[in-house]
Amino acid sequence: MKQPGSGGRWLRVLLPALWSIGHVYAQAPGDTAFLSTLGELREATYSDKAAIAERLSQTGHRSVRAVLTALMEDRLSYRNSDQKIFIVQTADEDPARLIDPLTLKSAGSAPADSLTKIGTNNSLRHTLRTVVAHFSLSSPDAAVRLEAVRDMLQSLDEPTLDLLRKRLPVETNGAVKREIQTGLALATLDGTDAKARLEAVATLSRRVSQDVRNRLALLLDKSPDGSFTEPDEKVRRAAAAAVASIDEWRGFYSGIETLFFGLSLGSVLVLIAFGLAITFGVMGVINMAHGELMMLGAYTTYVVQMIMPGHIGLSILVAIPAAFVVAGLVGVAMERTIIQHLYGRPLETLLATFGVSLVLQQAVRSIFSAQNRSVITPEWMSGSLQLNGALAITYNRLYTVIFTLIVFAILLVVLKRTRIGLDIRAVSQNRAMAKAMGIRTEWVDAMTFGLGSGIAGVAGVALSQLTNVGPNLGQSYIIDSFLVVVFGGVGNLWGALIGGMSMGITNKLLEPYAGAVLAKILVLVGLILFIQTRPRGLFPQAGRAGEDK
Amino acid sequence: MKSKSIFMTGLLVAGIGFSNVAAAQDTIKVGVLHSLSGTMAISETTLKDTILMMIDAQNKKGGLLGKKLQPVVVDPASNWPLFAEKAAQLLEKDKVAVVFGCWTSVSRKSVLPVFEKDNGLLFYPVQYEGEESSKNVIYTGAAPNQQAIPAVDYLMKEVGVKRWVLEGTDYVYPRTTNKILEAYLHLKGVKPEDISINYTPFGFSDWQTRVAAIKKFGSAGKKTAVVSTINGDANVPFYKELGNQKISAEQIPVVAFSVGEEELSGLDTKPLLGHLAAWNYFESINTPANKAFINQWHTFIKNPKRTTNDPMEAHYIGFNLWVKAVEKAKSTDVEKVLAALPGLETPNLTGGTAKVLPNHHITKPVYIGEVKGDGQFNVVWKSAGEVPGDAWSDYLPGSKDIEADWVTLKCGNYNKVTKKCSGQNFK
Repeated sequence: MKQPGSGGRWLRVLLPALWSIGHVYAQAPGDTAFLSTLGELREATYSDKAAIAERLSQTGHRSVRAVLTALMEDRLSYRNSDQKIFIVQTADEDPARLIDPLTLKSAGSAPADSLTKIGTNNSLRHTLRTVVAHFSLSSPDAAVRLEAVRDMLQSLDEPTLDLLRKRLPVETNGAVKREIQTGLALATLDGTDAKARLEAVATLSRRVSQDVRNRLALLLDKSPDGSFTEPDEKVRRAAAAAVASIDEWRGFYSGIETLFFGLSLGSVLVLIAFGLAITFGVMGVINMAHGELMMLGAYTTYVVQMIMPGHIGLSILVAIPAAFVVAGLVGVAMERTIIQHLYGRPLETLLATFGVSLVLQQAVRSIFSAQNRSVITPEWMSGSLQLNGALAITYNRLYTVIFTLIVFAILLVVLKRTRIGLDIRAVSQNRAMAKAMGIRTEWVDAMTFGLGSGIAGVAGVALSQLTNVGPNLGQSYIIDSFLVVVFGGVGNLWGALIGGMSMGITNKLLEPYAGAVLAKILVLVGLILFIQTRPRGLFPQAGRAGEDK
Repeated sequence: MKSKSIFMTGLLVAGIGFSNVAAAQDTIKVGVLHSLSGTMAISETTLKDTILMMIDAQNKKGGLLGKKLQPVVVDPASNWPLFAEKAAQLLEKDKVAVVFGCWTSVSRKSVLPVFEKDNGLLFYPVQYEGEESSKNVIYTGAAPNQQAIPAVDYLMKEVGVKRWVLEGTDYVYPRTTNKILEAYLHLKGVKPEDISINYTPFGFSDWQTRVAAIKKFGSAGKKTAVVSTINGDANVPFYKELGNQKISAEQIPVVAFSVGEEELSGLDTKPLLGHLAAWNYFESINTPANKAFINQWHTFIKNPKRTTNDPMEAHYIGFNLWVKAVEKAKSTDVEKVLAALPGLETPNLTGGTAKVLPNHHITKPVYIGEVKGDGQFNVVWKSAGEVPGDAWSDYLPGSKDIEADWVTLKCGNYNKVTKKCSGQNFK
């Protein structure tokens, strides 16, 4: 990862320029020189671009950081008509909002095809990132500073260390301070002072990141001639203890990580099973089109994003009720036209709903084409929450877990606390008696099926963020959802929740040892054995309804 | 899509009936064996259109040997046994002069016995795992030494990769390719503990554990790269998860062998930025021939947004080679065309020439590209000249003594040690 050669040389040239920024700010040195250097980017090769970026940073111009960040993020373009370079506000938007690279003020907008992007490649981006990190160290946003220090830890050299040493006394944010201390301690390990090294090891022993562990482990290595790379015995012993302690902590955090992976896989399983827990569990309808209802929910997300292209972040939230309505209406239509004529004939229901699933798939193919559709992940759902050096939780999975719990809570309230919920339970427990009490059982059937289908649609919104949106989306999840419902106990929401979660966690616990293919098989075998001994699942439904089935 | 293909086949059948009376002697039939429905339709429909476009252009130039070319399109529907049935129909009933077709290795294996029995001629346009050379097949896609090995070389020499994750979907192409790559890496001095091989099922979408494992594997202080033979759909959640766990192409680059322009056109490319792909053709390569081809394609398909890709170029090369061979042999007879093919040359779209080798593979340039924000590739490396396709890998113990030569040895699997030809169906 370290690039001491070119990166270091560059930084040494760069740093004086950096320090000068604050002092000569008002003079705005050489706008014309800056612009002409910037202009060279248009025609340059990648290695030339790195050199141009170097010259740009030497100008010490106040826009350097903004321009280089834009270049790194693929947001630097030039206008085809007059070759003038602009920063684009957001990558890949059309029309693009332009920012003047000199004044950093808005410069109107232009259609995307009238601009040509200034391209980058991996090595250029890597170099740019290091440079930008130095600028970011004085950012008012602590998160930006933290990111910058973490980037700098990847390539520690003397100028970088200088910058960190100067930053440490003025840094106010605890997390940033900690990272800076880590960096300085890592550098101290290369020093000659044994006492300082011992202190550095003590500081580092309280960190959990892999980089720190690897560096400490190097102290325990032997050179080819048999002597230790670390001459001081005390430092070696401290390092050995530190590595052991870090390993212990990392093991602990990786356990938590696996548990979270399991919960998140489980919550997907639970989410796709909720709808089925209602249609299959409560009503006893084997709905083979359940997967396609989820697919409709996913496509609804896609359509909503098409309708509101400027608001990707909001579109997901709008898509949830929209998907509920779309899938719910299709469900009600299915129930009224087909399923209501087939109650009590499970085999015919199975075949009829399977037919409906094929019709829905083909309909989607005809309308949207057989190709997968690209559903964009909103900014707030991408990336991960870095809890410490060893543990990070991805946002999309975290939100899925939370979302599943919310859906579960709402469903519980609807079934237990509302009139329609009471009706649903009454009809499912004893249809004849419910009818005698004046409940419109046919209407309740339609509403129940609509509710189950709507929930399937909502699950589809979540799936659109996790997997491909295509005509075959439903097929890949239908079996899993039936498994969860059967495992959890037919007709029981708690069963679906516990069942799905335990399947997810078991799968993820097995995966590191057995591999993804075998883990899934083992879970299936376990399930078969479980159903053999307890055919009614984890939480069998008590009472008359349970016995009927 | 299905109804359209039935309609087309219907039209063609009607056309055949008609031409039998009027102009049976004036047409040469060209079979097109690509799935137009089912899971592979996404990729294969494009190839069917490519061949139709080439036939159309050839007919406008006056046809071949003074005769018009007539396409016979069948739909094997992504159903492997149906591929063999449809191949038999093309060869025995329609008596086509040549067939352009197949995508997956399993479909090729399915039609192979049919082509060998009926002595047909198949042009196969997709990169594949090698370990095969049939008298009746011309392989215009890349063998492993024209895609996988150069990609690994690039990462090793140019990027300085020391640790390798071979991540694949669980089926024959990734397993064979990874076996070759593992042997190659061992040969290059990579220790077994620096190689991690993993397989996941088709359409896998829960990549959390795998990506976390890659991250851990890659944090051992040595530059790490992922060599991906992950198939189709499963790629999207894979790259998304990489992005979410903040593994960028700068830290751990992923080089893919099955992700091209067509696949990227249906994706949000943000999380893929900077990751690599190895192919023998990229749409973004700026040559006059490529520009003309892209224009021709856009006009033919009536959609200026459609992308071109590597297997399309393979069909372009294959078709041109066949035309040249027929002109050289002055006949469409399979034996004569097969005799004419080795040594023939035709220009690539990206520069250089494709030459048919005695082992029925061709020479191809190799390119490595980084994914750009617009779903195209930015070429960062190209091979010096063309690489000759090697049917039998030099790195596998079972196959390094095997040689394919249909010119002097007349054998697809000649064992140099035992000096024996073990017949077509050598395993």
